[in-house]
Amino acid sequence: MADKEHFAEQAMGYMGSLYSAALRMTRNPADAEDLVQETYLKAYRAFGTFQEGTNLKSWLYKILTNTFINTYRSRRRRPTETELDDVEDLYLYHRLGGLEAAAAGRSAEDLVLDRLTEGEVKDAVESLPDPFRLAVVLADVEGFSYKEIAEILDVPIGTVMSRLHRGRRALQKALHTYAEERRLTAPADLPS
Amino acid sequence: MDREEPPSSGQPESPGYDVYGCGPSPLGRSVSDPCQDAIATLYSFLDGELTSERRERIQYHLEECSPCFAAFGFEAELKAVIARKCRDDVPDSLRRRVAEALRAEDVPT
Repeated sequence: MADKEHFAEQAMGYMGSLYSAALRMTRNPADAEDLVQETYLKAYRAFGTFQEGTNLKSWLYKILTNTFINTYRSRRRRPTETELDDVEDLYLYHRLGGLEAAAAGRSAEDLVLDRLTEGEVKDAVESLPDPFRLAVVLADVEGFSYKEIAEILDVPIGTVMSRLHRGRRALQKALHTYAEERRLTAPADLPS
Repeated sequence: MDREEPPSSGQPESPGYDVYGCGPSPLGRSVSDPCQDAIATLYSFLDGELTSERRERIQYHLEECSPCFAAFGFEAELKAVIARKCRDDVPDSLRRRVAEALRAEDVPT
């Protein structure tokens, strides 16, 4: 059983990653701040039930995710699992594959990734429907294992893998759209 | 597009990537099994979710197959870029709000 006195020193360090995840989930700063505050309040009240020695970060993420699903997601229509277009594997890589330029030992494909702005990558993540977005944020941004994500989202590991797989492919398609719009994929724009 | 020659394994008779015929696109027309296996487990590999035995099998294939090696390199970089570019600074106002909310919890009413 965890001691409430130690809550702040143990939990406050995660606010940066919780806030980033909350922004990706709610897609707006005011809701993200409310969500993070509510998460800390609930966590503080429930800290007595937290098992010392288990993963505090994933415990906080479970509260964050549940609060988001119960409070914010219900405001919108429920997305279905089949909402994403089918996109093939290696979608982005194959579309950037024809690029000729390469500089300083880096591939042209990697240079395109470098030149995508933070705003573009965030928008692409935020364009994913909820179940896929949550899985991608938890795996790719926060680095949780499949098992941890399954516990946070309360779904089987197979569901985590399929959401991740489809979410990542849809994300690649969105990133490709941004790269095309800014002509990052045009050979002439690449440094020689 | 120029392709690097596969690293010499010291065993000239061992099947190189040309034997697999993967070509520049691992999911191209004539995909052979080792490449298909590798691409099918690409994300589990990058996510660190494979058993050590399967991981070693993929690593062995990547040493021999430069198209798969390049595809894995790209996906690894993409994953790193997503992690790096999805960070946001916490506003000071939020830190204050949370600290105040927790303090208020302890105030007897």
